[in-house]
Amino acid sequence: MIDFLTGPLESGIDRRALLEVVLLGLLCGPLSFWVRSFRLAYPSESLAHGLLPGLVLASLAGAPLIVGAAGGVAVAAVAVAIASRDRRIGSDTATAVVVSGAFGLGGLLALRPDAPARLEELLFGDPLGVSAADLAAAGALALAGGAALAVLHRPLTAVAFDAGGAGALGLRPGRVRLALLLVLATAVAVAVQGLGSLLVLAVLVAPAMAVGDRVRSPGRAMAAGAAVAVGAGVVGLYSSFHLGGAAGASVALALCAAAAGGAALGRLRRPAAPPPRAA
Amino acid sequence: MSAALAVEGLSAGYGGDPVLTGVSFAAEAGSTVCVLGPNGGGKTTLFRALLGQLPHTEGDIRLQGHPAHVAQAAHARLDFPVSALDVALMGSLAGRWWLPARRSDRERARAAVERVGLAGLEHTPYGALSGGQRQRVLIARALVQDAQVLLLDEPLAGVDPASAETITALFADLRAEGRTLLVSSHDVEGARAFDSVLCLNRGQVAFGPPAEVLDARVLEATYGHELIVIPAGEGGRPVRAVAVQHHEH
Repeated sequence: MIDFLTGPLESGIDRRALLEVVLLGLLCGPLSFWVRSFRLAYPSESLAHGLLPGLVLASLAGAPLIVGAAGGVAVAAVAVAIASRDRRIGSDTATAVVVSGAFGLGGLLALRPDAPARLEELLFGDPLGVSAADLAAAGALALAGGAALAVLHRPLTAVAFDAGGAGALGLRPGRVRLALLLVLATAVAVAVQGLGSLLVLAVLVAPAMAVGDRVRSPGRAMAAGAAVAVGAGVVGLYSSFHLGGAAGASVALALCAAAAGGAALGRLRRPAAPPPRAA
Repeated sequence: MSAALAVEGLSAGYGGDPVLTGVSFAAEAGSTVCVLGPNGGGKTTLFRALLGQLPHTEGDIRLQGHPAHVAQAAHARLDFPVSALDVALMGSLAGRWWLPARRSDRERARAAVERVGLAGLEHTPYGALSGGQRQRVLIARALVQDAQVLLLDEPLAGVDPASAETITALFADLRAEGRTLLVSSHDVEGARAFDSVLCLNRGQVAFGPPAEVLDARVLEATYGHELIVIPAGEGGRPVRAVAVQHHEH
């Protein structure tokens, strides 16, 4: 049993990978509550897929992936914003076209004969490939993202509860949503190193689904999301180590298993509709 | 008494042609104004202009401070994990949204929840409250804002009798404190209890004391075919009218 637990901690590579998934969980777990509350699963997926060209270019240039991810997210977000301005097309369609195009461009760049064979890593992630410098950058971004979530906590709560009412309180719901999207873009840039362009969505959506509606405040929902994301990340890495599976995919699978378990538990424990309350 | 709210020649809209034109009225501190009009008649547009959420293309608005707004409870999410106290506490957001709530903010929120008759239900999830209780929580949120002018969007619509009684008594208290209440409503008969009535139908039809304003001509100009007017009876009985409401499904 002791060997089972300490085995992954014996190598520096695995220790860095563990730290990486803990950092991801601490930022993305709480964030997933807001992704769910603001119904941002589709934009999250779009950002994660749209940044692939940035990742590939960073890989080709030998630059840190996080730099490429940040640049890729920024370009994808601007392209989506411009395309969405044409109301005849509709924002969903415009986003789908831009993201598919970006993803195709990323694939084209990555599959050139002279490109290093890293497409698999960029798509599915590799926590084991994280360097100490990557980890430091991810830590700094996770800290900044966490601080932003703390500062935005009350406006996010007010807008998610009642956007019209929040506007009357003096808040600008559009700006609050934009600030949340910026935090989301930061989280995607951090998480894509470990989970890749295709699997990063798991850590942004699954923790909130696992927590469900069993909590009574946004703060508790965020804390529970962090616990689920960190726990599932560690379980995923351990299972990868002991079963020999791909690390990024194992973490994503553990997150999705937690979400499925949480949803199933919610169905089992959901009480019958309460009787109407007396006034 | 001084005017807490004065509107002069207001036109407002959503970017295209104005949807509300020629609105001029004033309300003194400690007075109540009932805003009548059909759906789409401009009641919400007027409130949004008063809140500063819509640029007004013409006219002038003078207000004592920033008004508080109480929307209909149906607009808030029932599945979001906040308690009655959490919602009331949102009223303390203005000006310091980036900081955690202070102890004094929590005390004000708790007092507001008690004032709307929900003591003991502070920690009840908002979605588990009845419709009338939810409306009272939103009023508590406005009370925490401590605004001189309150804009209330059909606060008694679909509310149970006990909550309606509490809300009506609270309005009397707020009026006695010198606060000004603008209440949008479809209840033409209920409008007679207000100090003034403002009738809107994409523009101002009439403004003044209910006894002067609520006659058949004004009501028909305000509601058109959406109103059943019962003519004045013998013995000075005033004209009666019932607005026909259309609900979206």
